[in-house]
Amino acid sequence: MRVWTKLRLSKTVCLRKFSFRSALCRPRTTVICFNCGSLYKGKVTQFRTFCFASEDQRRNLDLEPADRQKQSQTSWEPVIGLEIHAQIKSASKLFSGAGTQYGASPNTQVSLFDAAFPGTLPVLNQRCVQAAVRTAQALGCHINCVSKFDRKHYFYADMPAGYQITQQRHPLAVGGSLTYVYQCSITSFVERRSARLIQIQLEQDSGKSLHDLENGVSLIDLNRAGHGLMEIVTEPDFTSGDDAASFVKDLRDLLVAIGTCDGRMAEGSMRVDANVSVNRPGEPLGTRTEVKNINSTRNIRLAIDSEIERQIRVLEGGGVIENETRSYDAEDGQTIPMRDKEKLLDYRFFPEPNLPPLVIHCDHSTISPWSPSLSVILEKDEDFEKMLLPEQQRKRLEEKYGVPLIHSVVLVRQGLFDLFEILVNQHSCEVWATTAVLKTPYVAFLDDHKVDSEESPVSIEQLAELIHIFQREKISSSSLSLVLNELAVNSSISCQSVIEEKGLWIVDCDDVIFAAIDEVLAKNPQNVKSYKKGKTNQIKVFTNKVIKILDGKANTMRIQQLIKDRLDKRF
Amino acid sequence: MSPHDLALLCQKQLQYTKHLNYMLQQTSSDVLEKQAKISEQLYSQGTAKALEGIPIAFKDNFCTLGVPTTCGSRMLLNYVPPYNATMVEKVLEAGALMIGKANLDEFAMGSGSTDGCHGPVINPWSMVTTPSGERLSPSVADQSSDGSDWFVAGGSSGGSAAAVAAGACLASFGSDTGGSVRIPASYCGLVGLKPTYGLLSRHGLIPLVNSMDVPGIFTKTVTDSAIILNAVAGHDNKDSTTVQESHTPIQIDEDIDISKLNVGIPKEFYVPGLSEEVVTVWREIADLLEKAGARVTEVSMPHSRHCIICYHVLCCCEVASNFSRYTGIEFGLRCGSEESTEELYAENRHHGFNDVVRGRILAGNFFLLRRNYERFFLKAQRIRRLISNDFKNAFSAGVDFLLTPITLSDAPSHSWFIQKDSRTRSAEQDVVTTAANLAGVPAISLPLKLSRQNLPLSLQLMGPRFSESRLLSLAHWIENEVQFQHLDLDFHSVEESAENQFQFNDVIRK
Repeated sequence: MRVWTKLRLSKTVCLRKFSFRSALCRPRTTVICFNCGSLYKGKVTQFRTFCFASEDQRRNLDLEPADRQKQSQTSWEPVIGLEIHAQIKSASKLFSGAGTQYGASPNTQVSLFDAAFPGTLPVLNQRCVQAAVRTAQALGCHINCVSKFDRKHYFYADMPAGYQITQQRHPLAVGGSLTYVYQCSITSFVERRSARLIQIQLEQDSGKSLHDLENGVSLIDLNRAGHGLMEIVTEPDFTSGDDAASFVKDLRDLLVAIGTCDGRMAEGSMRVDANVSVNRPGEPLGTRTEVKNINSTRNIRLAIDSEIERQIRVLEGGGVIENETRSYDAEDGQTIPMRDKEKLLDYRFFPEPNLPPLVIHCDHSTISPWSPSLSVILEKDEDFEKMLLPEQQRKRLEEKYGVPLIHSVVLVRQGLFDLFEILVNQHSCEVWATTAVLKTPYVAFLDDHKVDSEESPVSIEQLAELIHIFQREKISSSSLSLVLNELAVNSSISCQSVIEEKGLWIVDCDDVIFAAIDEVLAKNPQNVKSYKKGKTNQIKVFTNKVIKILDGKANTMRIQQLIKDRLDKRF
Repeated sequence: MSPHDLALLCQKQLQYTKHLNYMLQQTSSDVLEKQAKISEQLYSQGTAKALEGIPIAFKDNFCTLGVPTTCGSRMLLNYVPPYNATMVEKVLEAGALMIGKANLDEFAMGSGSTDGCHGPVINPWSMVTTPSGERLSPSVADQSSDGSDWFVAGGSSGGSAAAVAAGACLASFGSDTGGSVRIPASYCGLVGLKPTYGLLSRHGLIPLVNSMDVPGIFTKTVTDSAIILNAVAGHDNKDSTTVQESHTPIQIDEDIDISKLNVGIPKEFYVPGLSEEVVTVWREIADLLEKAGARVTEVSMPHSRHCIICYHVLCCCEVASNFSRYTGIEFGLRCGSEESTEELYAENRHHGFNDVVRGRILAGNFFLLRRNYERFFLKAQRIRRLISNDFKNAFSAGVDFLLTPITLSDAPSHSWFIQKDSRTRSAEQDVVTTAANLAGVPAISLPLKLSRQNLPLSLQLMGPRFSESRLLSLAHWIENEVQFQHLDLDFHSVEESAENQFQFNDVIRK
């Protein structure tokens, strides 16, 4: 009988309380990953926090399951909401004509308005509104026909006006949701989830301060100041760092797909603030802290998880969580209070008097020249209307072609959906083979060459030929990347001749295979013995060794079968 | 008279009245003469533009490319804008000669032009009459030493008003946020037009209250006012609050049928402290209109009494916000310790702003605190709506224009004016002017007659939004009827008889 051992794993548990590794290595032990809730078998090599067990629970890990369940009611529930600042992909800024080129020399993308010279006034960039509306449509938001701009005040050297123009009270769009694929960073568990949005608002980005500590000076670069941002605010629908990071990844894919943000988090095109609190199940929400300016999906996960852990530590130590702004220190792996922000900043919001209400029109007929408003007429874009959004692509891959979610996530994220359809529909490639070739070797190949699939040096025809050869099991999966790299160097050459030249055809001569098998079995008598005693998983060990002898040019399933036959025949 | 002669004459007037302290930056005579020569050529070629060769001054809160724009504040003493305000641009495009930048209250906060860092503006009428009945001494520029008194020019656009009154230019621009054009126009005996909010671009006008600021026009006659207005009105891409339509030039209707007009007299504008002379002229003009066949009716604008307090709350809020850019980092005064950003800000702002400005910033930040927002800012906005509705109701009930006082009396003396602080004086002085700003309607200050002190007495006409054409036509009719005697400081005769240099009384055209 199988026993589910429910382990509550956390960094402290793993390292101090008991030997996590030994527990896992025990045969037939199955762990429930507290990160994703999935059953997890196998070696856990990463000692990451993936459960937030209380001190009590950690002490009582040896309790009976029923008692532990009782205990679990005193565990903590993290609640996370996100504010995502996505830079709008536009040639000029939100309220000025200055350029938005990333990496330009300091203070060269700055208009007088961006530097807050007195007497300058904001002039709304219609393209930014179009982009934000398109984003709102893609996220199923309700678009407010009339939205308004507010000023949010705080003194900061890289905010030259002393305020940021934003949309606090009457945002451009409200509601909406995004269906995203939750991916556990520990197990391979994937699951569709949905998070609700509160609003999408337009606002200005700030400049950058550079502190030269050595010379004791601060320098200001206003290139980013005034760049249009879409602030996308979610409901507190997330429960872990992985959960939030998965959402942000999918949101980024969506924005990139519809062309409203370039999604380059390393360049600051998307920055995330996370509101984090923890509470006991059934109790009201705890006091939240805000972790600001997280700039990679990895750091989203790490920052949120470390903040959750910190809050639990504070609460269990009898402390109180203060409503404060923190930042994530990637080097130390923990959040720290931000230095010069007051605890409760009063932003003194008030309506921006230089910008009349923004009115979205579907066509010219509703515009009145005398109404004091900023009128934006929605552009019709048939490409956009026909376009399949990432979630729709995943759905199609699953429903029409039967690609499992875990693979469709990769294909869609890597922008290989169209290629997949062409290969399957026009080149009659089989789905399993196409998926296998695209999702790993092809993605790695594109990554090595630093190109998109459109710019790939390997043509669709060559790729199709390769998949055909692969699906006829004439070549092993480990040879795929070799062939791709050869094709990239010499585009006129055919797949066939590359394989020929490199001798990559799969070994299907039984004599050679049996010779390899016999060699392996002869060299590992101990393993053969234990196989005989019933340890059937030894087959895998043998298989790997055989494949190694054959230089990877072998079909795993077939080898496995042959080894099994051999062993059973021999004894 | 040729543009060249005109330029020379204006320069001479400016030279003789320099001690009135109305002009800050002056365009050099050489440059002006050169430009005047070009204008002259264009006239002879018949290609002269609308304002060709007309000398015009700007209040020192309009940004002028390459010319210091100080707002009368230490904060911006070193500030040279890298661009022209739209008003400046349009006027120059129309061929006008910019003669200089006019003095003002610091950041246009004040009603006397006494609070700028460049010192007070002296009302040019002080050269023909003084509070003590004596003529102004030539050394009035340092009045503090000899203790002589004089009349204030009104504010905050006092410099612009004085420039036109003294004859240094034919027109000038001020900014009207709560009466800052109409009050000095009234005290200096000029036509002061505050157009409808949104008709004139504010781009490049350093803001006091964005939602009320309007560039205003000083001229001696209503016709001149219309000419200037036509040259600058209409949509500006750079100001989203301007009208979308391009401007249809307004025409002064010389044959306006007064008998078809309904002029409202809002009873609430009969405010305490109104001088008997102003009441008299108010009655006289009402009678004049009635005699000409107009219907003159008493109307009620019940929320007018809240104007001042409403104005002050909204003004302070916007000031607090607008002025947070003056940190001395990108531009402006930088005098603080560089040890910390906060300290640097604090010192720059402390030394850069006067008490009036700092007071309003402080109050505004208080009103905008989350806990006060509803009680102050939102409430003031609601009251603003009610005040605006008062106008709408009056106009939709058949009233074409409103006739009201503009100031409580003729120009007050400087010694009296500085007895109270700016906040008190503004509350007194702006009492009947802020309503038009809160409602965004056009208003014009029209000089009508001289007081017992030989100072101008004026009234205000207000109309519905974008009714400038009719408003100016009515003002023009009244102007013709009353034949106001403008101040004329004629220095030609002075030059001829040097011994009579200061006998200005004799040279006023009566």
